[in-house]
Amino acid sequence: MIRNSASEMASKLASGEITSVALTQAHLDQISAVDKDVHAFLHVDTEGALAQAAAVDAKRKSGEKLSPLAGVPLALKDVMTQKGIPTTCGSKILEGWRPPYDSTVVVNLKKNDIVILGKTNMDEFAMGSSTENSAYGPTHNPWDLTRIPGGSGGGSAASLAAFEAPLAIGTDTGGSIRQPAAVTGTVGVKPTYGGVSRYGLVAFSSSLDQAGPCARTVLDAALLHEAIAGHDPKDSTSINAPVPAVVAAAKSGNVKGLKIGVVKELNGDGYQKGVRTRFEESLELLAAAGAEIVEVSAPNFEYALAAYYLIAPSECSSNLARFDAMRYGLRVGDSEGASAELVMNLTREVGFGREVKRRIILGTYALSSGYYDAYYGSAQKVRTLITQDFNKAFEKADVLVSPTCPTTAFKIGEKANDPLAMYLNDIATIPVNMAGIGGMSLPSGVAEEDGLPVGFQIMSPVMKDDRMYSVGAALEAALLSKWGAPLLSTIPALAGSK
Amino acid sequence: MTSLSRDDVAKLAGLARIEMSDEELVALSNEFTVILDAVARVQEVAGADVAATSHPLPLRNVFRPDVVIPSLSPADALSGAPAQEEQRFRVPQILGEE
Repeated sequence: MIRNSASEMASKLASGEITSVALTQAHLDQISAVDKDVHAFLHVDTEGALAQAAAVDAKRKSGEKLSPLAGVPLALKDVMTQKGIPTTCGSKILEGWRPPYDSTVVVNLKKNDIVILGKTNMDEFAMGSSTENSAYGPTHNPWDLTRIPGGSGGGSAASLAAFEAPLAIGTDTGGSIRQPAAVTGTVGVKPTYGGVSRYGLVAFSSSLDQAGPCARTVLDAALLHEAIAGHDPKDSTSINAPVPAVVAAAKSGNVKGLKIGVVKELNGDGYQKGVRTRFEESLELLAAAGAEIVEVSAPNFEYALAAYYLIAPSECSSNLARFDAMRYGLRVGDSEGASAELVMNLTREVGFGREVKRRIILGTYALSSGYYDAYYGSAQKVRTLITQDFNKAFEKADVLVSPTCPTTAFKIGEKANDPLAMYLNDIATIPVNMAGIGGMSLPSGVAEEDGLPVGFQIMSPVMKDDRMYSVGAALEAALLSKWGAPLLSTIPALAGSK
Repeated sequence: MTSLSRDDVAKLAGLARIEMSDEELVALSNEFTVILDAVARVQEVAGADVAATSHPLPLRNVFRPDVVIPSLSPADALSGAPAQEEQRFRVPQILGEE
């Protein structure tokens, strides 16, 4: 039952073959069985999930009309607030904090009767590409427990690959949905910036952060996308326009006559051989499905990583100032006579991990008087150039494609002491965030040399998210008929797995 | 090559309100030499003729109707407070510092 797709589960729920309580319990059992090894979850809300499931079953029994995913369980990244449920962002500074309000994403999930199983592990405040920066210990990749599940949303992606949940929510600032999807053989989508409300998403870099769906199939991601997207007056950067028809696109999967642009700069040197082989193969399959493959150039993408590591730290140095030990979260050193400033300094020393401190200091420097123009100001100009590159490329192609990441999952600990090597993981995903467009990663097979999953990235223009779902569905169908079964059916079994 | 000394990092840590051990300051100062070299590449293409982009959406002054909507109760607002007193956040002394 837990190995079905979310849409298969939804049909079984609708036909009365299974109940949401039974389905939720099956996932809770799987979490009990395998999460000691995977560590995808920071908090499991057994009682809340079962109560929500029972409520959906009662509604269904009474003949109430329900949403497409009603009763299907989901794992929530621990960066989204859920009223009364611990929300740590993978940080000690928020240990034990229970938010007094729901994020808009959670409001929408509840409105759609999607059952929330618990909160998933992540790099602290979403800063990282491996989930090793969580203050609560790393998540392990279900394909190989000695390897990273990607980051920052490694917990969400791992929960899908370990069949602990059929759906998950991620957030993507520089690739935190797509890179974990790529290295775990799952699907992850970063919608157009402003497509999904950021209200209740604990801010890292406000001009880049975007929540989105994680799933095991393109259609499942589309169904979740439609459930969480839409205008929200509580987020002034939320786009006031209809949600792109992503479900219809995922169902049709039609790419006949569509122009697919291969970004020259996001391939070649630095990309693992098996990653390139899978990418070329996917292009052939899309061409066979009727798409026209063209090459496009985006010369300024080579500066995207540098610009990102100025913009994101700058915004985070400001956003994370709110963790000041005064109104919520950790407070350290509050003894007789201690000043507010001393308490703040001591709390932030103890509460923040190494990478968060590194980025706050870097951002403080990049924004400081005398250096602002050289660093933050220049990075903002690069952002303009990247957007222009995208605009030009989209004149030649309807969507753009690349490998999602240069390599497959690396070993836990391998890059922990080399921040620059770690940052390079996001080289192909970052341009999308800089321009605020949509991006998807879906599995394109495993690399021959290591047997680990490889991701295929599709990028679509602002508010044309439906296009990446058409292409994703077409490629998924072609790969499925080639393989005969989904990629995840070949994942090694975890000890105790149901 | 840009570099930040241990004392530069200490000053930034003070501005960012983070206490740091000497060991941490030295380690960060070494890392920043490498990181700043990498990020300084943005200056290669950031000419005077290029406009800056601060945000992906061309938004300006987003308003909502000025209507009263429910907000957090005092109990909810104080629910995560490290310390509270008389329905208020209790904080360490702010005045009377040097």
